Amino acid sequence: MTQQGVRWTTDQVLALAPDATSRKAGSKLGAAGPWSGTGSSEEGAVWGLCRSSGSGPYRTVVDVADASGPAYTCSCPSRKSPCKHALGLLLLWSGGEGAVRARAEAHAPDWAERWLAARRGRTRGEEGAAAEGSGAGSADPEAARRRAERRAERITVGAAELEQRLADLLRSGLATAGREGYGLWEETAARMVDAQAPGLAARVRELGALAGSGPGWPVRLLEECALLHLLDQGWLHREHLPAALAATVRTRVGLTRPPDGPPLRDDWLVLAQYDVSDPKLTTRRIWLHGVASDRTALVLSYGPAGRAPDLNLPVGLALDAEVSAYSGAGQRRAALGEQFGPPVPTAVRPAGVTTAEAAARYGSALRDDPWLESVPVTLDGVVPTPDGASWQLADADGDTALPLTPSATARPGLWRLVALSGGGPVTVFGECGHRGFTPLTAWPPGPAEAVPLC
Amino acid sequence: MTSTGTPSASWEDLVAMALLGTDRRTPSGVAPGRSASSALLDAAAAETVRRRAGLRPGRAAPRPEPAPEDPRPALPAAAARRLARLLADRPGTGGGGRRGTAPDLMELLPQWLAAANARGFAPPAAALPALLDSARGRTDLRPAALEFAGPRGLWLARLNPDWRFALRSTPGGGTSLPGPEEAGRIGKLWQEGLFAERVALLAGIRSRDPDAARALLESTWPTERAEDRLMFLDSLRTGLGPRDEPFLEQALADRSRNVRSTAAELLSALPGSALAARMAVRAAACVAVDHMRDTPTVLVEAPHECDAGMERDGVVPKAPPGRGERSWWLGQLVDSAPLGSWPARLGGRTPAEILALPVADDWAGELHAAWCRAAVRQRDAGWSRALLGVPSAPEAGGPGAVSLAERAKLLGTLPAGERADWVAGFIATHGLSEAFQLLGVCAVPWAAPLGRAVLDALNIARDAGSYPWSFSGVMGLAERCLDPAEAARLDGLLAVPEEPEDASPGAGGYWAEAFQRLGTTLRLRAVMSEELGAAGNAAG
Repeated sequence: MTQQGVRWTTDQVLALAPDATSRKAGSKLGAAGPWSGTGSSEEGAVWGLCRSSGSGPYRTVVDVADASGPAYTCSCPSRKSPCKHALGLLLLWSGGEGAVRARAEAHAPDWAERWLAARRGRTRGEEGAAAEGSGAGSADPEAARRRAERRAERITVGAAELEQRLADLLRSGLATAGREGYGLWEETAARMVDAQAPGLAARVRELGALAGSGPGWPVRLLEECALLHLLDQGWLHREHLPAALAATVRTRVGLTRPPDGPPLRDDWLVLAQYDVSDPKLTTRRIWLHGVASDRTALVLSYGPAGRAPDLNLPVGLALDAEVSAYSGAGQRRAALGEQFGPPVPTAVRPAGVTTAEAAARYGSALRDDPWLESVPVTLDGVVPTPDGASWQLADADGDTALPLTPSATARPGLWRLVALSGGGPVTVFGECGHRGFTPLTAWPPGPAEAVPLC
Repeated sequence: MTSTGTPSASWEDLVAMALLGTDRRTPSGVAPGRSASSALLDAAAAETVRRRAGLRPGRAAPRPEPAPEDPRPALPAAAARRLARLLADRPGTGGGGRRGTAPDLMELLPQWLAAANARGFAPPAAALPALLDSARGRTDLRPAALEFAGPRGLWLARLNPDWRFALRSTPGGGTSLPGPEEAGRIGKLWQEGLFAERVALLAGIRSRDPDAARALLESTWPTERAEDRLMFLDSLRTGLGPRDEPFLEQALADRSRNVRSTAAELLSALPGSALAARMAVRAAACVAVDHMRDTPTVLVEAPHECDAGMERDGVVPKAPPGRGERSWWLGQLVDSAPLGSWPARLGGRTPAEILALPVADDWAGELHAAWCRAAVRQRDAGWSRALLGVPSAPEAGGPGAVSLAERAKLLGTLPAGERADWVAGFIATHGLSEAFQLLGVCAVPWAAPLGRAVLDALNIARDAGSYPWSFSGVMGLAERCLDPAEAARLDGLLAVPEEPEDASPGAGGYWAEAFQRLGTTLRLRAVMSEELGAAGNAAG
C-alpha cells in the first residue's frame, strides 16, 4: 500500500472542519502559495510551514496514520481543531500539489519529528494505561454491584413516575397535551435525568416536540407514548424478559455497558458518516459493512458542540480492523477496536435488496427491538422518483417504492442523489424505518466511487 | 409506506380514545380510571409495533424521464476535485474581512468553466447541484455553467423550482433548440412559446441562419406587442446584413417610436443602406471644409429644423434638457452617416487628417463625439484608430475620445493585439488610475506587453507609497487575466521593501501580500488548466 493510494479526497478533508468558517478558510489555504517546507512521510505524517502575517511562519503537522482519526498540531493561536492551516495542508496533500508528496527518504524536520515522536509515545502509553484501567475498575466488584443496584432502584422509581404521568395524560386526553405545552415535558425529562435514565429523558423530551407538530400529530404522539409505556413496562418487568431483550431494554433506558462482543476482524467498508448535533454534543454516526462477515455495524464518536468528533473515516474506503458489538438483541452498535492499517480504496459495494425486502427487514428487526427507528439497508436498482412534494425510491423493475423521510427530502443531498441517478437505477445505502428511507450514500452504475449524500 | 393486515379501524379507535381521554371514553370491558388508561397504552403499544412491523413499500409514482445521454467525456479526476473546491468556496460561507494571500476561488470559476467547456468535458453528476446553485446566485455565470451542466443539468433543473432559471435561459423548457429540419417545432414554439423562450429561439436561429430568423419574425410582426417588437428587433443585431434592409426600412414606419429609432440605428450600421445614404446627404450638407482661411478649417452649419424625413429616419426631434436642438440634430445626422463618405466630402483626407483639422465655432466636441459613436456603431477600425490617437498623448485622449467609456468602446473595434498594445501604451504613460475600464475590453489572457505594463505600473504605484487597495480593481483583474506564464516575474515583488519616508504606514507589507496573492492565483490557474488540458495525455 503506498501513501498515494490512501490520499484522501477533498470532501474527506473538508469533513474534518469543525465549522463552515474553517472549511472556507482552509480551502483558501489549500493552494501552494503560502506554504513552504512541505512534505509527507510514508508513515502518514504531513508537515509544512504556512506564511503568517506575524513574525514567523506557522508550523503545521498532521498525523494521518492513526486510523482513529488524524491528529493535528499547529503553532497558530487558533483554538479550533483542526485549524485552517491543518486543513489547508491536508487539502494540499490531498490534491497532490507541490512538494507534499511522500518520498521514501523523506524525514520530517526536527520540529515536526518531536511532536510526532511524542504523540506516538503517548498513544502507546494510553493503550497501556487503558489496559491497566480496566483492571483497576474491576478491582472491587462488590462496590460496583452496589452502585449498579442503587442506580437501578432510582430508574425504577423514575419509570414508575413516568408511567403515572403517561396514564394521567391518557385519562385527560392527548388533546390537552397540546395546551400544556413544552414545560410539562421538560420538567418530566429533568426528573428522568435525576433518575439517571437518560434514555427515558430523551424520549420524554421528544414527546414535548410532538404535540401539535403538524398534521397527524395525535397519531405520532400516541405511538411514542405507547412505546415509552412499553419501555417502562419492560424495565419494571425486566426479570421476566429473555436475556437479550432485557439487555436491549437496559440500553434503551440509558444504561450503557462497554462492548462485550468478541472482536470481529474484517475489511470494514465505510458506508456512511454523518454528524447529528444537539446543543451540547455532536454525535458522529459511522456505518461500517464487513466485507467477509456481511455484518453492518454502527460506530459512534462524540465531540463537544461546535467541534468535530475525533473519529473520521472516509466514505468508500475499507478498513482492516476489529469491531466489537455492544450487548442487546438486534444491537447494531459496535466499537472500533484495533486497526491493522490505514483505510484503503476498495471496489467492494454492499449487496443490495429490493424495497420490499428492505421494509421486511425493518419489520423483522422490531422483533428484537420494538423501539428501533430504522435499520441500515442497501437498496439495489432504485430510481429516485418525485411523488408530489416528496420523493421516493422506486424499484427499477417493479411497481413498489419507499418514500424518503421528510427530513431527507429537505436536505441538499437529495439533489446529489437525483443528479447521480439521472432517472436511472442507482445503489443507495441508507436507514429504512417507519418514517421512510433516509439515503446516506449512493453508487452510480458502473465502477464509479461512492458519493456521500449527507 | 402503507400498512397492511387487519383493518386499522381499531387503531383509529385507539387514537380517538387517546385524544379525548379515557375519562370520557373507556375501552370496552375496562373500568374507568388508571387501569383504563394503562389498558389503552398497552393496546396502543402492541398496535404501534404491529403497524410498524407490517409496513410495506407503497406504489411507485410515475418514474421521471431518464436524463438524455451526455456524449462528452468525463472530467479528469484532478479537475473534478478542483471543481468541487471552486464550488465549495461560495460567498457567505464564512470569513469575510481582508483577503490575505489566498486566491479568490469563486472568481476563478468563470474561467475554469470556460476552459472545461472549450475542451468539451461533462461534469461529474454529483457536482451538478452545487453548479446550478452557484449559477443561481450569479447571473454572469449562467451561460457557461449551463453549457457545462449539459443535458443532465437541464434535466435536473426541471425537477427543482430553485433552478427554474436554467429553463428560462434555454428555449423549449430545457429541451434543445429545434434544428433547422424541425420546422414544425420551430413554428409551434414561435407561436405558442413564452416570451423568453421566443427571444431565445429567435437568437438561436439568427446565429445559425440570419435570413430564416428574419423571416420568422416577419411572419408574426404585425401582431406583436410594441415592447416585444423592440426586443425582437434588437436580436437582429447579430448577423446584421444588407438583406435585412427592406424589413428594417419597413420598421421605420412602425407605430412605436422606440421600434422606429432602433430600426434606424440598425440601418445606420449598414453603410450601404438607403437610410445611411440619406443621412450622408443630410450630414454632408452640414459639414464642409473652408479653404478660404489660412489653414483649412471645418465649418459646421447645424440643421435648422428636424423635418418629417429626418424624423422618419429615426432622428429624435426633441432634445434632452440642457442641449440645443440644432446641435442635437447634428449629432444624430453625423453618427448615422457612413464614415466612408467623409474623406470624399472633406477633400480626400484620411480620417486622421480630418480629425486634425481645426473646427470653427466650438463645434469640434460635438462633431468628434458623433464620429466616435459612428465608429463604434459601424465597427470601423480605421476611424477608431484615428479617434483614439496615440496612447501616450497628453490628457490621454485622442482627438475625439473624450471619455473613458468612449475609448473603451472604440478599442472594442480594434483587433485584440492592437487593443492590448494601445492599453499597454496608455498604462505606461498614464498609470493605472484610469485603466480599469480599458483593461476590461482586452482579451484574456493578457498579451505579454500588456501584462508587463500592468505589473510595472503596479510596481511604480507601490514605490510611490500608496496602499494596494487603491488598485484592488486592477489587482483583481490581473489575478484573473494575467498570463500565468508571467508568474515568474512576480518573484522580485514579493519581498517587503524598506518603507520610504513618505509612504503610507505598513503599505509595503500589504503590497507583498497582494503580490503573493497574485502569484498564488496565477500558479493556481496554471495548475487548473493543466488539470483540464493534461486529460488527453493522461487518458492516452
